[in-house]
Amino acid sequence: MYAIVGQASIWAIPLLLSYVLAYALYKRVPVYDMFVSGAKGGFGTAIRIMPSLVGMMVAITIFRESGALDLLLKTLRPLLDLLHFPSEVLPLSLLRPITGSGSLAITTDLIAQHGPDSYIGRLASTIQGSTDTTLYVLTVYFGAVAVRHTKYALKVGLMADFVGVVASLLVVWLVFG
Amino acid sequence: MVNYIWAGMILIGIATAFFNGSAEAVNKAIFEGAKTGVTITFGLISILVFWMGVMKVAEEAGLLKQMARLLGPLARWLFPTIPKDHPAFGYILSNMTANLFGLGNAATPMGIKAMQELQKLNPKPDTATPAMCTLLALNTSSMTLIPTTIIAIRMNYNSANPADIVGTTLLATFIATCSAIVIDRWYQRKERRR
Repeated sequence: MYAIVGQASIWAIPLLLSYVLAYALYKRVPVYDMFVSGAKGGFGTAIRIMPSLVGMMVAITIFRESGALDLLLKTLRPLLDLLHFPSEVLPLSLLRPITGSGSLAITTDLIAQHGPDSYIGRLASTIQGSTDTTLYVLTVYFGAVAVRHTKYALKVGLMADFVGVVASLLVVWLVFG
Repeated sequence: MVNYIWAGMILIGIATAFFNGSAEAVNKAIFEGAKTGVTITFGLISILVFWMGVMKVAEEAGLLKQMARLLGPLARWLFPTIPKDHPAFGYILSNMTANLFGLGNAATPMGIKAMQELQKLNPKPDTATPAMCTLLALNTSSMTLIPTTIIAIRMNYNSANPADIVGTTLLATFIATCSAIVIDRWYQRKERRR
């Protein structure tokens, strides 16, 4: 089963690409010309995102490197112990919406320390896989169209992340607990 | 809210560094953070240039319209403010599909194209529209069928069954995505009543 799924995800992009090109040729689209004309927009879009990304990354790095993040985790720990929330995965749940690479590093570390088939290992895997880096997605998507007033989008993203963590906790506990 | 989170992270960080007597860490963090931002941007350029080219080919061939028609009912329910048969639907659906298959690299350019199409419908270009917020809600809670990165890491650490978290992940992500849609709807209603 795993082999099939793995193969499917490896072949997804090559197959998608061949399908688009073959279908476009059949429809007599000048594929290369169209590719080039579409690709032109990519560079400008990436550059438009840069200011927001630089700003966010600086803020996140300062928050982490200054020790403020550790302090926050330490303050919250008693409260979470009260709620029977495994405190090992707290840094992960707090970092998941902020930094993708950071939370992946924590997940890897948890898996290495507790073992991939332990309760913590499975919980970390599920949390990492079930939500996305909200702050990054917001920065990139709104940055690309220069929208400044994002209204309730951040709140919705963070609440969904919270639900994702709670859901992971419940589901892993029910399945493997 | 973004403004407060951004300034808050910096100010609280600096205050903490002040009490820890580690102002150096802040100076280093500024340079490191800025560098990371630029590095990510440069990583995005190659992906964006390639996939935006491919998307243009797909659009010219009429593939996006086809896809929009196929999954139309679901998309129209999620995005009631977008006119029927608008090209934005095609991009939104390719973005959702790419997310579903864990093709993060392909999903981002498609999502950005969708945002640019939505921006054309936006009467106030500096303010997010409800449709944009819904697209963001779907992306921040990204439904993924196969969490490939996690499975690879679990394999590295000799898991007896690296893929046994696929089921729990799918269920958790499904719950998260559904609540994202519901919360988004709730805010939309609240906004309209004002």
